[in-house]
Amino acid sequence: MELLVCIKQVPDAKDVRLDPRTNTLAREGVESIMNPFDRHALEEAVRLKEAHGGTVTALSMGPPQAEAVLREAIACGADRGVLVSDRAFAGADTWATSYTLARAIDTIGSFDLILCGKQAIDGDTAQVGPGLAARMNLPYVTCVQKTRDVVDGGIEVERMMDDGYDVVRLPLPALLTVVKDINEPRVPSLKGKMKARKADIPVLSAADIGAEEACIGLAGSPTRVVNVFSPEPRGDRKIFTGTAEEQVDQLIEHLRDFL
Amino acid sequence: MLRVDAEQCIGCGACEEQCAFGAIVVKDGCAVVGDSCTLCGSCVDVCEAEALHIEEGPGREAADLSAWQGIWVFAEFRHGQVAPVTYELLGVGRRLADQRGVPLSAVLPGSGVRGECDALIAAGADTVYLVDDPALVQYREDVYGRVLEELIRCYQPEVVLAGATAIGRSVIPQVATRLGAGLTADCTGLDIRPGDGTLLQTRPAFGGNIMATIECPDTRPQMATVRPKVMAPAEPDPDRSGEVVEVEIAPEHLSSRVEVLETVVSESEQVNIQEVEVLVAGGRGLEGEKGFALIRELAEELGGAVAASRAAVDAGWISYPHQVGQTGKTVCPKLYIACGISGAIQHAVGMQSAEVVVAINRDENAPIFNIATYGLVGDLFEVVPLLARKIQEMKK
Repeated sequence: MELLVCIKQVPDAKDVRLDPRTNTLAREGVESIMNPFDRHALEEAVRLKEAHGGTVTALSMGPPQAEAVLREAIACGADRGVLVSDRAFAGADTWATSYTLARAIDTIGSFDLILCGKQAIDGDTAQVGPGLAARMNLPYVTCVQKTRDVVDGGIEVERMMDDGYDVVRLPLPALLTVVKDINEPRVPSLKGKMKARKADIPVLSAADIGAEEACIGLAGSPTRVVNVFSPEPRGDRKIFTGTAEEQVDQLIEHLRDFL
Repeated sequence: MLRVDAEQCIGCGACEEQCAFGAIVVKDGCAVVGDSCTLCGSCVDVCEAEALHIEEGPGREAADLSAWQGIWVFAEFRHGQVAPVTYELLGVGRRLADQRGVPLSAVLPGSGVRGECDALIAAGADTVYLVDDPALVQYREDVYGRVLEELIRCYQPEVVLAGATAIGRSVIPQVATRLGAGLTADCTGLDIRPGDGTLLQTRPAFGGNIMATIECPDTRPQMATVRPKVMAPAEPDPDRSGEVVEVEIAPEHLSSRVEVLETVVSESEQVNIQEVEVLVAGGRGLEGEKGFALIRELAEELGGAVAASRAAVDAGWISYPHQVGQTGKTVCPKLYIACGISGAIQHAVGMQSAEVVVAINRDENAPIFNIATYGLVGDLFEVVPLLARKIQEMKK
């Protein structure tokens, strides 16, 4: 089974905060990490490989330093990593990103199953997975909480819904996006870390993947960010004092609208 | 490409301060752009020396925008009812349609859904595009996607809105990709710009730490998903009249590669935490399933539902669909009561858009108090039952 996992390098949200003085994002000490949902997608791919044979390819689109998440993916069980990186990709929205990833996947091989995290924690859009499936004309299911079985050239999965879940079967090749309930990702092994350190990570440019200039980066993006601003601050906050009963009474006084 | 005009740049550092991505630094008195630039343009706006410019390569050809007219709402139907977010979309859709002076339509795909048309019209739709076919009885990504795509190509609406639900977030990106249309996820604000009539879509970014307004200048339709409970639902007017247009879809568009074998409606997940007005959430401080029994009682008194932090879900005290935060759900209820939740940023990003946040925590230094509207410092095992009892007494 040939498996491909899309992985994004994202800023660690625990470090992202507003600087109360300047009201801009404080970025000092913001670490880059593998998008948490993608970690679950990677783990699922490695488990499928262990059960059914094949290889796992980790693919990332980002600046040169995104290579780090691909090394981490190899340490966690991926066989190889490929980075798609070009200044011309800067400013890509989800439309241009799914185009770029689709071109890159076409360039590097053919796959039975493509796995993505449900969404990236910096953008939260959840659009690239379904968009990529549309580009590649693959059947897909989003928010998979369990892969049940791989049989007869198809895969049976549980798709998380708002009110429970559906059991869905789809033929391979296919694309899945996964939620974190699907598995518990492993920590990298020592052997894996050594393999990761030595791994050769090829970097593909826009030209390498035959991307059309009008479809990539900012120019290829249908959406434009026209304004970035701070959310309205929460009104005055009140921290009550006194005994538990006194505090509860004060709270009820303020919550009358809800009662 | 972001270009710096070295002649103009005065090295003031305003751009460096502004950049949310750490992509621009002042070196030897001149701004230098790094690899992490996303071309968001916020530095261009703050540069008083006008030294920064975004240069674009050859872009897409602008569509004939005037050919696209009207506001559409995707009416989501599942398990015998229209999703509540649909009526919220009709509320905001009506306002946008009136601002633009165009009709508001609902698109209703499903099986045996004819009976819902009247309610959609009462909630503001001028037209309901009805696709009633047994092939649509289950939600299947490819079929729903093609039905929407066909209808949009045929009738050419300028705006398409959908709920940011499991189904909406799954089907809409596929449709937008195939149409070459811009799509903004999880909008919390929608407006029409006077003059050119462009849809202005505002959404939180970085988990609500900043807000971004997004537009689609050259493409149609302009597509957006909207989180449940953000917009007020339309007031139904049973006297409103509207037209139902029944659309036949070619059989080849209704065949699917995806097979739904079984649908499991979970007892505990019947309440979707993204669609309730009051949430009582518990974290590590609840110390176990017994703690959850306490907050369940409080939630019942308030007519709300129970949510949880990641710590409580990981400990196995409650299931994943209740998890709020970065790796769970994003919620925006009117009232959010956080009990024994420290309020780490991973949790905060999932709930800080709630209208009123109440924090109950033993530790007065817990970060949850920084984002709380009201804070109670104390033992939740004492405070929560007391609060539940007093509310019950009040109701009597």
